[in-house]
Amino acid sequence: MNQARLYLPLLFVLAICSLILALLSGSVAIRWSELWTALGGPQTDLSTQSLILELRLTRALSAFATGGLLSLAGALMQVLVRNPLADPYVLGISGGAAVAALLAMLLGLGGVWLTGSAFGGALFAMALVFGLARGRGSWTPTRLLLTGVVLAAGWGALISFILAISPDSNMRGMLFWLMGDLSYAHSPIPALSMLLLGLLVSWPLGRDLNVLIRGELQAGALGIDSSRVQTILFLLASLLTATAVVQAGSIGFVGLVIPHIMRLIGLTDHRLLLPAAALAGGSLLVLADTLARTILAPQQLPVGIITALLGVPLFLYLLRREVSSR
Amino acid sequence: MNPPLLESHNLGVRIGGLQICRDANFEFRAGECWGILGINGAGKTTLLHTLAGLRPPESGQIYLNGNPLQHMSRRSIARQLGLMLQDTPDPFPATVLDTALIGRHPHLSRWQWESARDIERAQAVLGQVHLQGFEQRQVNTLSGGERRRLALATLLVQSPTMLLLDEPTNHLDLHHQHQLLTLLRDRVHNGASIVMVLHDINHVVRYCDHVILLCGDGEIIQGLQSEILNAEVLSRLYRHPVIEVELQQQRFFTSA
Repeated sequence: MNQARLYLPLLFVLAICSLILALLSGSVAIRWSELWTALGGPQTDLSTQSLILELRLTRALSAFATGGLLSLAGALMQVLVRNPLADPYVLGISGGAAVAALLAMLLGLGGVWLTGSAFGGALFAMALVFGLARGRGSWTPTRLLLTGVVLAAGWGALISFILAISPDSNMRGMLFWLMGDLSYAHSPIPALSMLLLGLLVSWPLGRDLNVLIRGELQAGALGIDSSRVQTILFLLASLLTATAVVQAGSIGFVGLVIPHIMRLIGLTDHRLLLPAAALAGGSLLVLADTLARTILAPQQLPVGIITALLGVPLFLYLLRREVSSR
Repeated sequence: MNPPLLESHNLGVRIGGLQICRDANFEFRAGECWGILGINGAGKTTLLHTLAGLRPPESGQIYLNGNPLQHMSRRSIARQLGLMLQDTPDPFPATVLDTALIGRHPHLSRWQWESARDIERAQAVLGQVHLQGFEQRQVNTLSGGERRRLALATLLVQSPTMLLLDEPTNHLDLHHQHQLLTLLRDRVHNGASIVMVLHDINHVVRYCDHVILLCGDGEIIQGLQSEILNAEVLSRLYRHPVIEVELQQQRFFTSA
């Protein structure tokens, strides 16, 4: 456990490094000294460099918040449904958001309207899965998972339908939204605040989650009010997912793989796992987004492609290492 | 006589269409070891979960140390009463030591971490169930019997005075069955009260002083095992002929 605790400061350093790298990388070269003045000094200098830095900082912080939200939501969702295959999208919350967002695009809406309808769609999907899974009182993880998976499939069909009837001119924007895209770079403040809120609410429940992963009965026998904790988990994980989806569309892989990578390196205690997942997920997405906008510059790739390219080999390596150490 | 640690007044338990017991008055006292016997599906596990407060009874009241269970918080129940489940899933990686340590959960406040003493205590208990040296092993690399002993270790780390156990000897070899039951009997001698579901009648004869027979139709028979258990009652209970034999001054029951 002591070794595991050392990972937190390391991940914090990784997060800082990834943010600095994101600020320095791009088509316009930026020197260390410029980075320092722009970040430290008052924003009176309106040089190209400082404007670029501001854009890059907004985007990097958006990426960090989104990655953190997705990993934290994934870790919580996996506990909620007691299934290692769960990710933030498993209950169809991003599907609801995507349908609403694509409808908004189809109607030619953008900006706040797009964001607002995506968030509304996510909240509607949340209410739907919760209401249907609850049924007449009994509320089991399996039932929640099955309801969510079936609803997600339904949302998927609606997404395909909207794509099929959309004019070609809308298609590229829609596909980028679906694959996850940070290039709109809204203000990162709401997402960062939600990430902080998520950590503040979930961290005190860490030891409860350590018990809850062994099932509702075991949790009850050890003094945990499982239905209360599970309701908090559901609401929190869903809100985190909704915020991430609104910020950057559906970015796959981060929410599934980062919590597992944390577990594979030994962070199985949720009091360490949750903050570590937030830091690691944030860093991964910042790095992935930096690559996505630089490797084929000036062309930008959807960041979801890069998260998979980075995450798949890393995850497989750790999994193999673990199997061979047994 | 000691006041009961756990008692029920007119307890009715029902699951689906099955009436497990009605108007049952149980009194489990410190220093008593109870065995629950019954055929598959008679409702032994459901009764145990109801007594642990994990599902509401159909009727009647349950009291833990004199307090009505339904008005107690889960946490204060868990400080006095522990339950070893029939099986414990572990879908996520965890070490043996961490799994034993979750037994401390009800005793720690929200912001408290497990102390060095908690870890020492868990290690000592792991030694008692012959899992010393396994502390850093992953739970999913353990055998069925080792997992069972780990579940017992978690319960002993929780260290309640009222212990409910659901088929604790499952998956255990002969040696460890008796080792586990002896360990439990020691707890009873030190003032604990135990209620456990067992399938081996001879374990009840040897280690329990009291017995509850669940007949499967709402009828229950309870009392001292030496007075209740005989070939005829057991043959009716299991719907299968049972005979009694004596070996080295001990009673044994076996199927005819």
